[in-house]
Amino acid sequence: MYPELGQLALILALLLAVLLSVVPLVGSITGRDNLQAFARPLASGMFVFIAMAFAILTHSFLIDDFSVAYVANNSNSMLPWYFKFSAVWGGHEGSLLLWILMLSGWTLAVAIFSRRLPSEMISQVLSVLGMVAVGFLLFIIITSNPFDRLLPNVPTDGTDLNPLLQDFGLIVHPPMLYMGYVGFSVAFAFAIAALINGRLDAAWARWSRPWTTVAWAFLSVGIALGSWWAYYELGWGGWWFWDPVENASLMPWLSGTALMHTLAVTEKRGVFKSWTVLLAIVTFALSLLGTFLVRSGVLTSVHAFASDPERGVFLLALLGITMFASLALYAFRAPVVHVRASYAGLSREVFLLLNNVLLVSATLLVAVGTLYPLVLDYLELGKLSIGEPFFNSTFTPLAVATALLLGAGIFSRWKKTDGGWLGRKLLWPIAVSLVASCFVVLSYGGFKPWAFIGVFSAMWIAVATAWDLWDKSSSRKGRLQGLKRQSRSYYGMVLGHLGLALTIAGATVVSNYGIERDVRMVPGDTATVGDYQFVFREIGQRQGANFTAQYGRFDVILDGERIAQLHPEKRQYPVGMSVMTEADIDAGLFRDIFVAVAERLDDRAWAIRLQYKPLIRWLWLGALVMAMGGFLAISDRRYRLRVRDEQPETKTAQPIKTDDPAGAVS
Amino acid sequence: MHPLRKKRLTIVLFLVAGIAIAVGLTTYALRQNINLFYDPTQIAAGEAPVDVRIRAGGMVEAGSVVREPNSLKVIFRVTDFNESVPVEYEGILPDLFAEGQGVVAMGRLNDSGRFVADQVLAKHDENYMPPEVADSLKKDVAGQSSSAETTGSATY
Repeated sequence: MYPELGQLALILALLLAVLLSVVPLVGSITGRDNLQAFARPLASGMFVFIAMAFAILTHSFLIDDFSVAYVANNSNSMLPWYFKFSAVWGGHEGSLLLWILMLSGWTLAVAIFSRRLPSEMISQVLSVLGMVAVGFLLFIIITSNPFDRLLPNVPTDGTDLNPLLQDFGLIVHPPMLYMGYVGFSVAFAFAIAALINGRLDAAWARWSRPWTTVAWAFLSVGIALGSWWAYYELGWGGWWFWDPVENASLMPWLSGTALMHTLAVTEKRGVFKSWTVLLAIVTFALSLLGTFLVRSGVLTSVHAFASDPERGVFLLALLGITMFASLALYAFRAPVVHVRASYAGLSREVFLLLNNVLLVSATLLVAVGTLYPLVLDYLELGKLSIGEPFFNSTFTPLAVATALLLGAGIFSRWKKTDGGWLGRKLLWPIAVSLVASCFVVLSYGGFKPWAFIGVFSAMWIAVATAWDLWDKSSSRKGRLQGLKRQSRSYYGMVLGHLGLALTIAGATVVSNYGIERDVRMVPGDTATVGDYQFVFREIGQRQGANFTAQYGRFDVILDGERIAQLHPEKRQYPVGMSVMTEADIDAGLFRDIFVAVAERLDDRAWAIRLQYKPLIRWLWLGALVMAMGGFLAISDRRYRLRVRDEQPETKTAQPIKTDDPAGAVS
Repeated sequence: MHPLRKKRLTIVLFLVAGIAIAVGLTTYALRQNINLFYDPTQIAAGEAPVDVRIRAGGMVEAGSVVREPNSLKVIFRVTDFNESVPVEYEGILPDLFAEGQGVVAMGRLNDSGRFVADQVLAKHDENYMPPEVADSLKKDVAGQSSSAETTGSATY
């Protein structure tokens, strides 16, 4: 009974989405307020019905209703309740439902928090979001219905959730990632609305900025969670594999980062407008591409549930239509936009332009490496793979260039920056970072060129950011008052950049100074990794909720003292007949100690992986700090205060502040 | 030159330079890092290059897995039920590695025709087979029974 109601709710949501995508848009074009007034109620209604469908699917999981095919395929009565809950998005249909739930949630949020926007703008934005919802609701109803029943032969029990996904990481990783992916649809909708009514002004940029920043922050956290999950759950201690699925989430993140920065220029200075709009479209297209790559089954991975070609074709069509329509609109409308402001060859505008060039190049690079093998395979020109070396050797220089540019860009001024002044300004930060990086690299045991460059990049960002904060906080009333005077969006930028520095530092140090050893051990053996000694004490058995496990007991010894005892496991899940390696990690802010039990070699000996991972936590910590920066930036009072006098302002072009050294760019 | 034009020119030059660098780096790196896939029949026929990093895949031949007693070195044969190739690997094999299962190995072919792998990948679950392996097995079956089924990927 309930699942049928869920299906009905989806269909009703589709009807509302169709109305939402047409009625307010027509109202805004013909200028009929009574039609535009439908926008908000329709958006709310769509959210209510989709939330209802989602709640019903969750209910089916929690009560073990195995007559629902999706539940039977992704759950089991022995599963703990929290994994039953997260199993809702453990498969294709449910994760798509989550996607749509997020989309309608974002739509509702736009409807609620944009009360002061001009009514035609909000009607158009909500209509565009409605169109996206129509596409995805059609997709789920036609090809991937989560409420399909297995009647009359109801299975007595489910086939279980993939053990890899029975983990805390899965509970949080997909919702965060989707919040990011789907959040870019709001920036996209604002861009399309601006193209429709031809009003690409500073006000438009200011409206889309907070939405873009929030989506970007969620995406950062989502990617970091995925990396963290791969590190401890896939079992072998890698944190980024340049796997197409990972790349699919990295591409929108890179172009979203570019978008965030160019939106700042458009808001502050009113330039780069057409580029910003294009980037908003591209970023959302990359989110759709990511969904397509991950969900269509063209890639085989943990994430690819659907091997149904119909679904892939549908998603590709959706991507194609979205791209074609929005680029056609762009081609017709973008040239209308004129630039009035001017800027010199050396200015903050130019630094941000270079930032965009680098970030977009990085996006293209990842796209080439990811799509090239797929395209060749599809054209039957041969099967090949592009591995980590390609990405490491091309992505790293771009990342370093971005980091070096960032440090200089922080000190630059809008409109015009004096080259000599900037050079003198940079001298001391460069010297400090050079010395500090030498220290760090040598203390980790040896100079390696790439390690030094990476550490220097991170140090340079951190030092330049701190230096700028110090400069800006000087005040007659004292340092503390000066710090208080800075805006939240400025602190958001500071955190965002410091987070990037943390991530770069973590990635560099762990890749260059991490130690990994695979050894053959029998209980009683000792192995040495760096300064640490691992003593293999014994192998034991234990019974888990829905698995049996063999666990090893390891003592980790540093300088003759036992600092940790680790129990890595080998788990057997009887329902799915699968085996899982569960590593055990002694985590620390400055280093992780990692032990995993691999296969049994003979009666007594086991293959064991031992790892020392310096600064690996900084990778994910950095992403969290970046996200915190994003949330801090959108809580800035100018987004709240200025909203009130938005109405009259939008009629005329936003007056542009001439020189704004305190202007935040995050 | 008109200042606006000059500025536009700088921007365009920057863009062109950036794109040129990106394209240059990409092609260079691509040339270095493309790993082509070969099946055991192609390797046995000498089609695969020696000492170039390639990928090879097929089923692990039943009864062919031999471990060295005092290290992590393991030797097994990978087959497409037509030809088979000896593979040597030192390190940890994936959880789902087993005789009679599909694998893809990454590594180099040495002079004596042995494939020295630095990475071995196994299927993710019981329904999954590396697509290259599925295709190459299917190609053989199709070749023998002259069936027309060469497209589609219903086997995994």
